[in-house]
Amino acid sequence: MRAPRGTGIVLLALFAAAPHALAGQEDAATAGKVVYDRWCAECHGETGQGDGSAAASMLPRPRDFAQALYQIRTTGSGQIPTDADIRFAIENGLPGTTMPGWPNLTDQEIDDVIVYLKSFSRFFAQGPAPEPLDFGSDPGGGPAAIEAGAAAYLTMLCEECHGLSGRGDGTSAPTLEDWRGLPIRAADLTEAWVFNGGSSVEDMHTRMLTGLDGTPMPSAIDAMNSGVVSPDEVWQLAHYLASFGPREMPPLREVIRVGRAEGGLPADGGEEAWVGVEAFHFPLSGQVVQLPRNFSPTVDGLWVQGLHDGNDVALRVQWNDPSNSPDPNWDEWQNKITAALDLDGAEAIALDSAGAPSVRPPDAVFLQFPFEMPEGTDRPYFLMGDAREPVYLWTWDSETGVGAGRGRGLDSVEPLAEDPVAGEATWEEGRWTLYVRRPIEVESEGLDFVEGTPTPIAFQAWDGSSAEVGKRSSVSTWYYILLEPPASSTVVVTPLLAMLLTGAFGLVLVRRAQDRRRDR
Amino acid sequence: MKQRGRALNSQLRNSFSYGGKSMRSHFWNRSAALLAVAAMAACGGGGGGSSEGAADDAGEAAPAAAAVDPSTVGTISGMANFTGGMVPTMEAIDMSTEADCAAGYGADGPMAQNVLVSGGGLANVFVYLSEGVSGAPAASGAAALDQVNCRYTPHVLGVQSGQDIEISNSDNLLHNINATPTENRGFNISQPRAGITSTQRFAVAEVMVPVRCDVHGWMQAYIGVVDHPYFAVTGADGSYSIANVPAGDYTMTAWHEEFGTMTTNVTVTAGGTAEASFDYSGEMMGADVPMGEALVIEHGTNRIRVERTQ
Repeated sequence: MRAPRGTGIVLLALFAAAPHALAGQEDAATAGKVVYDRWCAECHGETGQGDGSAAASMLPRPRDFAQALYQIRTTGSGQIPTDADIRFAIENGLPGTTMPGWPNLTDQEIDDVIVYLKSFSRFFAQGPAPEPLDFGSDPGGGPAAIEAGAAAYLTMLCEECHGLSGRGDGTSAPTLEDWRGLPIRAADLTEAWVFNGGSSVEDMHTRMLTGLDGTPMPSAIDAMNSGVVSPDEVWQLAHYLASFGPREMPPLREVIRVGRAEGGLPADGGEEAWVGVEAFHFPLSGQVVQLPRNFSPTVDGLWVQGLHDGNDVALRVQWNDPSNSPDPNWDEWQNKITAALDLDGAEAIALDSAGAPSVRPPDAVFLQFPFEMPEGTDRPYFLMGDAREPVYLWTWDSETGVGAGRGRGLDSVEPLAEDPVAGEATWEEGRWTLYVRRPIEVESEGLDFVEGTPTPIAFQAWDGSSAEVGKRSSVSTWYYILLEPPASSTVVVTPLLAMLLTGAFGLVLVRRAQDRRRDR
Repeated sequence: MKQRGRALNSQLRNSFSYGGKSMRSHFWNRSAALLAVAAMAACGGGGGGSSEGAADDAGEAAPAAAAVDPSTVGTISGMANFTGGMVPTMEAIDMSTEADCAAGYGADGPMAQNVLVSGGGLANVFVYLSEGVSGAPAASGAAALDQVNCRYTPHVLGVQSGQDIEISNSDNLLHNINATPTENRGFNISQPRAGITSTQRFAVAEVMVPVRCDVHGWMQAYIGVVDHPYFAVTGADGSYSIANVPAGDYTMTAWHEEFGTMTTNVTVTAGGTAEASFDYSGEMMGADVPMGEALVIEHGTNRIRVERTQ
């Protein structure tokens, strides 16, 4: 048999290319090191072991490239990733962690840094990554698919970690550890926008079959291949996960519009009375301005709804927190968080002789306002004010309930006992619902709301079971809350008044005419 | 703590002994051989639908080992003795989240398995030839790791590099098998009900590979991977036996999850039975563990595992 024409040329080209390619790799690694040292080393460390100078404050810790345990792959459990997988993580970042995306890097820089990252681990030298798994094709979504997916969720026992409502509050959630033995959250499936590996149905399907290496999230592939769930059911499960909540972070709107309640204010945070009341989402981030900082906050956002009736204003605030602190089931979690984090000088919570924490901090949320309606854009310091300009707080924590306070900085809150603010909170399946209510105007020191005038508002949150106490909180910047004036009355009254005036004027004219006639 | 750990380690290395327990070892030798045959028979059939090993690059297992010439091999047998001091009381495992599993245990309920002592013997010690082996038959047959009543069976497993490990679930609930080696590629596979089998392999020697279930934080197993078939795990009475070892001089290492490693020398003669035993004592309890798999601290009379470090 004769070799096809051109084989020799191809072979020649290969021989010529091989050393060239090797040299190319070396050049790429050298170029990649420049990129790495500039952008990556502070967290991932100079030798790629995830031990950079900033690493100790982070949970989860930066990736250890020496071990080549990559969460985001298209390859099987325990396998090294493809170059495209590493590129995906660099371009998109790992939302929900401290790893951002890197839109500033050029394609060439990313290619180079991938070569350099791989040089940290001997596993890449042993050969290329295996081919991506066969993910099959999506049979399609829709209500029937979502229903089938919901059944598959239970068949696969996803709720053991992720909880029945998907908020990461499953029975096993408090005990989860990553491969370093550090505490790690079961993903909150209602917040797809912080999924590490992307929020599309395809992304979620891929993550289920590959697992997330280095985390407790296993690969479902043997369960699928054994027929516990069919390949279609895994896709349907992905559609079900996508139905837990929005794929993108809800759009940020600066102003909470508090409408006028028809038929009285809701008496509590129960669902019925709040149906149809617009909910506003506000992202929270860890407090990292003052020591001790919080780089891994539990509460990353909250939803706010409001109604008023001209006398009182009522707000409903909801946020996800897998633990109803204080809860002894989360003791071990709290201890591990305390041990794992560089608390920036925060006093670690001591353990008693049985290894239980001596303090179990409560969960808490503060709503923050200025004391006076501000002139223009002047507002107190967003981190709970300062000595010069304090903030007015509605405080809630899971031990003492709702109250009011005067804040003069993050660690300075003085209760305002006279304030009439009242309310309560309930926790169910990984979500707090807080209801607060107060007269629009008060005799005591607190702020008087003015209908139609936007009032600054900001938020803080703490998860006690994650040793979030004092300055280790989640915070927001200033937003606004607006009590809508009785707009509808203006619309109704003006024509009515016009009609009355017209009528009265008409009557006057008629009377005058009659009088004139009488006078004759 | 680390300093103490190292001191303990060298103390352990110096404290091996050759005891006079050949009668008992002989008995166990035969029992172990029978058990091994039974185990081989039991795990012959692979389950359907198993993923290929993460550490595949070792290549396919070679054909069955060449027939052993009995005139060139001997046996090593011995004991992991637990002498002196108090036998430690193991922590009770709180299995209240899995009532079905908890029901599988007696009135005392499930206990941790880090130190199992019976009749002066210490179970779950992984013993293997650590030096002196040159050339070894390739792995044959599969090793088996099962999950029964929310514990691993066995708690400590020895395998040869490249050997299939068939991991099965006898519990009709969710386990994930999360192996976190450092020299090998790991794996993390879910088995949400009974009857699923996953087949995995480790490419290179590594003592030990920790295995855990994240759903049930108390579930912990260890897999010792060596390049040859000359290894064993001590049984409930602390004895072990390794057959068909080529005559020669070897270093033998014993690993235990709480007590670290110790080594001894052993000379195997053709047709003979060499003895290599290891002594452990209650005084060693409470000392730091040097290997990094487990860090145990004392709180009063309780020993609490606070961290697993690599």
